[in-house]
Amino acid sequence: MATTTASATETHTEQAGRNRGQRVLGRVVLYVVATGFALFAALPFAWMVLTTFKADSDLYRPANNPFVYNDPPTWHNINLLWNDTSYPTFILNTLLVAVVVVLITIAVVVPAAYALTRLTGRWGESLGILIFLVYLVPPTLLFIPLTGVVADLGLQNSKWAMVLVYPTFTIPFCTWLLMGFFRGVPWEIEEQAMIDGYSRIQAIWKTVLPVSLPGILTVVIFSFTLSLHEFVYALAFVQSSDQKTVSVGVFTELIRGDVFFWQSLMAAAALVAFPVALLYNYFLDRFIAGFTLGAVKG
Amino acid sequence: MKHPTFRTDRDTMARVETRNLVKQFTASGAPAVNGISLQTTDGEFLVLLGPSGCGKTTLLRMIGGLEKPTSGDILIGDRVVNDLPPRARQIAMVFQSYALYPHMNVRNNISFPLKAAKLDKAAIEQKVQWASSILGIDQLLDRKPRQLSGGQRQRVALARALVREPNVFLLDEPLSNLDAQRRASARDELQVFQHEIGTTTIYVTHDQVEAMGLGDRIAVINDGTIRQLGTPHEIYEDPADTFVATFLGSPPMNLVERDGDLVGFRPEAVELVPPEHGDASSWLHLTLAEAREEYLGSEKLIYGEIDGVRVVARVHAGTPMPAHEGGKIPITVNRAALRIFDKDSGLRRQPASDSVSASPAEEASA
Amino acid sequence: MSATTTRDERYLMDRDRVLGPLFLLPAVVYILALVGLPLVLAVLYAFSDVTVADPRISGRDDFVGFDNFRAIWSDNVFRKALRNTVVFTLISQVIVLLLANILAMVLSADFHGKRLVRFLVLLPWTTPVALGVLGWFWMLDSVYSPIDWMMREVGLLGPDTPFGPARNMYWLGTTHLAQGAVILVHVWRTLPLATVILLAGLTAIPQDIRDAADIDGAGFWRQLFYIRLPLLLPIMAVALLFAIIFAFTDLTIALVLTRGGPVNDTQVLASWAYFKGIQGGNLAQGAAIALFLLPVLVAIAIAMLRLARRAGEETA
Repeated sequence: MATTTASATETHTEQAGRNRGQRVLGRVVLYVVATGFALFAALPFAWMVLTTFKADSDLYRPANNPFVYNDPPTWHNINLLWNDTSYPTFILNTLLVAVVVVLITIAVVVPAAYALTRLTGRWGESLGILIFLVYLVPPTLLFIPLTGVVADLGLQNSKWAMVLVYPTFTIPFCTWLLMGFFRGVPWEIEEQAMIDGYSRIQAIWKTVLPVSLPGILTVVIFSFTLSLHEFVYALAFVQSSDQKTVSVGVFTELIRGDVFFWQSLMAAAALVAFPVALLYNYFLDRFIAGFTLGAVKG
Repeated sequence: MKHPTFRTDRDTMARVETRNLVKQFTASGAPAVNGISLQTTDGEFLVLLGPSGCGKTTLLRMIGGLEKPTSGDILIGDRVVNDLPPRARQIAMVFQSYALYPHMNVRNNISFPLKAAKLDKAAIEQKVQWASSILGIDQLLDRKPRQLSGGQRQRVALARALVREPNVFLLDEPLSNLDAQRRASARDELQVFQHEIGTTTIYVTHDQVEAMGLGDRIAVINDGTIRQLGTPHEIYEDPADTFVATFLGSPPMNLVERDGDLVGFRPEAVELVPPEHGDASSWLHLTLAEAREEYLGSEKLIYGEIDGVRVVARVHAGTPMPAHEGGKIPITVNRAALRIFDKDSGLRRQPASDSVSASPAEEASA
Repeated sequence: MSATTTRDERYLMDRDRVLGPLFLLPAVVYILALVGLPLVLAVLYAFSDVTVADPRISGRDDFVGFDNFRAIWSDNVFRKALRNTVVFTLISQVIVLLLANILAMVLSADFHGKRLVRFLVLLPWTTPVALGVLGWFWMLDSVYSPIDWMMREVGLLGPDTPFGPARNMYWLGTTHLAQGAVILVHVWRTLPLATVILLAGLTAIPQDIRDAADIDGAGFWRQLFYIRLPLLLPIMAVALLFAIIFAFTDLTIALVLTRGGPVNDTQVLASWAYFKGIQGGNLAQGAAIALFLLPVLVAIAIAMLRLARRAGEETA
């Protein structure tokens, strides 16, 4: 009896030890893999920041260890970017385009998403998916004919061409995104408002919109960042520096022939990358809900 | 409900009438409402009672203007309102979920309909005070709906309905989100409240206790048609067909087959001790097979079978079980308590003279 | 009792039938005018002789039948671009799918610094593509690449070394390295989106299913292959479809990183369409090249529709 108990406890501790060993190994693997991925993703950004503050004498000497500052870091490159290039203009153009695109998107998307969730019955959902599929039509397929359309409208080489065209990709995705939010608004508060003496449009304005404010905010952020990201149309439509956005502008201003102003280029990229990343991170879950097509119910 | 200072200077006391109302949601499916005609009287409390999916809520929503009827007419105060949107119908509605505006506090919830009517600030404030004091929620005016209990929410919804001084109240299962205890007292309050303001009220429920307790009249609805429209007493005592007979009462009316008809009797009509002068002309004698009893405190239920059909009797808890052999016991029912139904149609055979019954057939031809 | 219907102009806007189309109109007009019409134009252009100098299709004689297709097909670069587009997409997306599964699993576990890791891992997706790729462009610079420096330090590069005698790898100047670089940057760019979609799917697996598997004594691998992956399959399909679209139609990476070089070895359909159509001014040929993206897009759209329909049926 005693021996069986002893051997039983022995195997027990043995197994516990093995389990603990496995657990520790698991944690180690977890941290190693997580660090590996983080490095892979963030390396170019770390490199951008590191490069931004390097002096020419440090940067352009191949023998120098590129991972440290061999000469003291300098603000010179950021100064150059702000004062001697059109970067501030690019930023302003980018913001202007993005803000107007956001306004157009909201004005079009809110009624459309409402109609598709509330007014059109069963086929509204199908039409919603169709509109979403429009998001999949890539700029690379459309930029050539759109160049013609833009020219016909007299908008060639103007930032207003981007304002006009960017909603073609913000509207489909944001309609879909907002439909998800409207689906969550209880029908009754809207019907209650209509019973309480308001017209349908007033009821929407006073009940549905205030309640789905988070959804509308998500649409604002998403269409804003999508406008910021756009490269293909901007490249195809605009040639003059004073009309360019950041994405395309830096390439013409900071690459002169085969002379690259590397530190200022990196500064230009990093200055946009981090604020946008923070914005995205905050609203991430809501974007994902849109991307998963309702296949995942949060 | 502390200050019952109700206004009675309402310009119109409204009757609601529906004429052959039909609602078909899909072209192929069965209609949700299939030709309902009914008429309320001024200030009446009318309950629409039926199982879920019977069409009662659709009927209410059509009266409120939230659904468009496929055919038929809706009249409020003698005016056809088919094409009027809800806001033009001078009605108030309380939803099952109460539909309080989550982004507004209680005060703004209650004053919301008044702002639609473009009342001036002072008048709005006065009416909010008036309605909230009637419903005893004056302490809660600055709270948001999520900070309220179920009962408080229900009162806010009622207050919001009240300030409009509507011609008609439409209530859609307003008590179903309350716990059992709170529901009983809310039922009582609601009845007092409605009688004092005297506004015509249409109330939808699937709960027969609510229907019996609240309604001046009850319309029992099934499969989109009215099976019977009458006072609670008429509905219970003289059901128009086997559906009404078995939908109301707990346990429901027993139905056994005798001479090609269905004979119905309420569980409480059953006597276990045969009456002394129990001749066959005034008493029906039956034998209950496989009898079992269930003790419930003040009373007990006796379950058994007659010809393979389940039968329940309800007797006083002190009634002794008669001696029985092999689970068989004799029972007796006064013939006056019997209701005879046609076996095929389920309709009542011999309508009692004092009953205002509305069988589907009569309703359609009327 | 007047049984007259009270049809009233004032209440027109309260009707679903009036309000619904009215609300949808702006979106539909926008999409038809600026997606539908250009799509039709893209097809028309491909069969015409339009150029940047003469961008109008004014009559019958502007149509040239299959001339453009014959011309681009006979061009070696086009065939390179077509092959590269398919190969880059396939290779990068297989890698993305594999890595995204691992990364999603890592991010679904609890560990210190998880929020930071998530933030960093998302950076490639949240940064404007052109600027992110610019970072890689600099990292893979022909002279100042830090990778080259490290290889030199450990004796892999330079005179008398395995990769010598050159002092630089010329990552973007050598055919296979450049192609590898393009694939690498594709993976880097699409991995975050695929990961977060999978992560959403992982967290949606009900805890009681995982608990039940634990109690049934299923180990890590058994749970992975019999529970997680099968349940994740539909969401993985969604992630993959998005990733394929973004990779297949991408112009930015090829343009910023290599400009299609060296000698068109990293040219893809989108970049070739840009060089021909916009830079070369031959709108017609550019449109014809871009049109080769369409079949894949249609296939993916149909697949998405099916997935969405199935999701709808399951939740209904």
